[in-house]
Amino acid sequence: MLDVINLSHTYGAGPQAHQALGGVNLHVAEGQLVSVVGPSGCGKSTLLRSIAGLVRPTGGRILIRGAQVDGVPDDLAVVFQDYSRSLFPWMSVGENVELPLQRRGLDRTARRAAAAEALDAVGLGNAAAKFPWELSGGMQQRVSIARALAYRPSLLLMDEPFGSVDAQTREDLEDLILAVRGHHRMTIVLITHDIDESVYVGDRVVALTKAPARVAGDLQVDLPGPRDQIATRELPGFVHLRAEIGRLVRGKHADLLPNLLPNRSVH
Amino acid sequence: MTSTRVIRGAIGVAGLLAVAELAGRTGLLDPAVVPLTSTVVSDTVGLAVDSEFLTDVSFTLIVWAVGLGLASLLAVSAGMLLGSLPRAESAVRPVLEFLRPIPSVALIPLVTLVVASDAWMKITVVVYAAMWPVLINTMYGLREVDPLAKETLRSFGFGRLDVLRRVSLPSAAPFVGTGIRLAASVALIVAISAELLSGGAGGIGVYIIKAGSADRVDLMLAAAMWAGVLGLIVNSVLVRGQRRLFRWHEART
Ligand SMILES: Nc1ncnc2c1ncn2[C@@H]1O[C@H](COP(=O)(O)OP(=O)(O)O)[C@@H](O)[C@H]1O
Ligand SMILES: [Mg+2]
Repeated sequence: MLDVINLSHTYGAGPQAHQALGGVNLHVAEGQLVSVVGPSGCGKSTLLRSIAGLVRPTGGRILIRGAQVDGVPDDLAVVFQDYSRSLFPWMSVGENVELPLQRRGLDRTARRAAAAEALDAVGLGNAAAKFPWELSGGMQQRVSIARALAYRPSLLLMDEPFGSVDAQTREDLEDLILAVRGHHRMTIVLITHDIDESVYVGDRVVALTKAPARVAGDLQVDLPGPRDQIATRELPGFVHLRAEIGRLVRGKHADLLPNLLPNRSVH
Repeated sequence: MTSTRVIRGAIGVAGLLAVAELAGRTGLLDPAVVPLTSTVVSDTVGLAVDSEFLTDVSFTLIVWAVGLGLASLLAVSAGMLLGSLPRAESAVRPVLEFLRPIPSVALIPLVTLVVASDAWMKITVVVYAAMWPVLINTMYGLREVDPLAKETLRSFGFGRLDVLRRVSLPSAAPFVGTGIRLAASVALIVAISAELLSGGAGGIGVYIIKAGSADRVDLMLAAAMWAGVLGLIVNSVLVRGQRRLFRWHEART
């Protein structure tokens, strides 16, 4: 589905140049949910924006179903980290969710129904008539997730989508993503800096090094059955993976990155 | 809060009128030169039902409305074009910077030569003056559009034209609204100035000239009062419209 080949990107030039990506290689199979973890500022968003065709990388290639990405690929949705800027304040929540569906050639009634369904799924069934700025930060983030889900993209990119919601909502949304991909065949790349989350939602976890980002490790998550917020996190396999990814991400600079320590301690 | 402000404002106006009246009554101001406030006020009320004056007002309002409408149309289109073509903008900017400070009334003799119809001559001058605030605010508004909002739409596969129409335009609309509101006041001032300078078949300015040649300073002042009142009404209607239309903009900032 997605191939990232020796991808590098440098912002700026001359003495101010900053290399964000230092040769990232990644293959994502159709239908897979890959978590990408890495320290803050390592280049995760840059990687995601390159895949979305919003940043033209300075080196390497990206292929989606074998076709080189040059501009925004078809059939893709992005949940941006900065959700409040990514919703349109002059439109109601419902209109925000409906807007991309115009690209799908749906008529008005079908659009409205799809938007209502997606908003229901994120627990905002009765917020369609509100405006984004009337909602809390966490609710706005859920709207932008609903907008992406309603679009039913074959590739869904999410940039720290649960970064600013409370713990309970966060768990609900993690489970929502898992449920959605059960119903619709979607390939998902989910970026996070939370190691626990990367293991809980991922089929696979790709750990990045600090900038310039490279793949530090790529681990299959072989946890049994449907995931469960309590039971799954207790499994020895989960605890083991979490520790291993923690070591990968922290690398030699463990002391510099206290925020990467697992924050849901199961010692 | 607002009502106390209105009351204070009314007290201020009443106070000023009372002082002026007193100055006239005590002979501090010669009533033969500066008419008594009470005379001017009663004239102002009288003009409201004076059909000759009302015809003049309609002349002014037509020039104002057509001029403002054309100026907005022109300036918004030009602003959008320049706002989305940065290279064209940098080429045109020096020309704009040169043209902008030219007082529009200074163009009256030139426009009179080119445009035969008197009303269209005035409209042209109004368009010239009213264009600037709209153009500048449109360009500013387009520059301020959040790049992430544009990227969001692009990421769903929308093209450049869609981004312009669905994101840039609505984002910039509150700024365009402010530009049009400023232009509305400018247009009224320029319309009346053009009438004062070049006369014509009718208009508030023409009425003032006629009152002047008949030595009716009180009527000159009463007509000027109406010009001020019209300006106030236009501004407050547009402020209200802006607030309603762009509630999302105020709520966010
Ligand atoms: N548009 C940009 N111009 C210059 N530097 C940038 C830009 N975007 C990001 N960067 C820099 O690139 C690095 C990686 O950024 P980013 O990909 O956002 O990291 P992450 O998402 O992992 O926190 C950071 O040091 C950031 O300051
Ligand atoms: Mg980021």
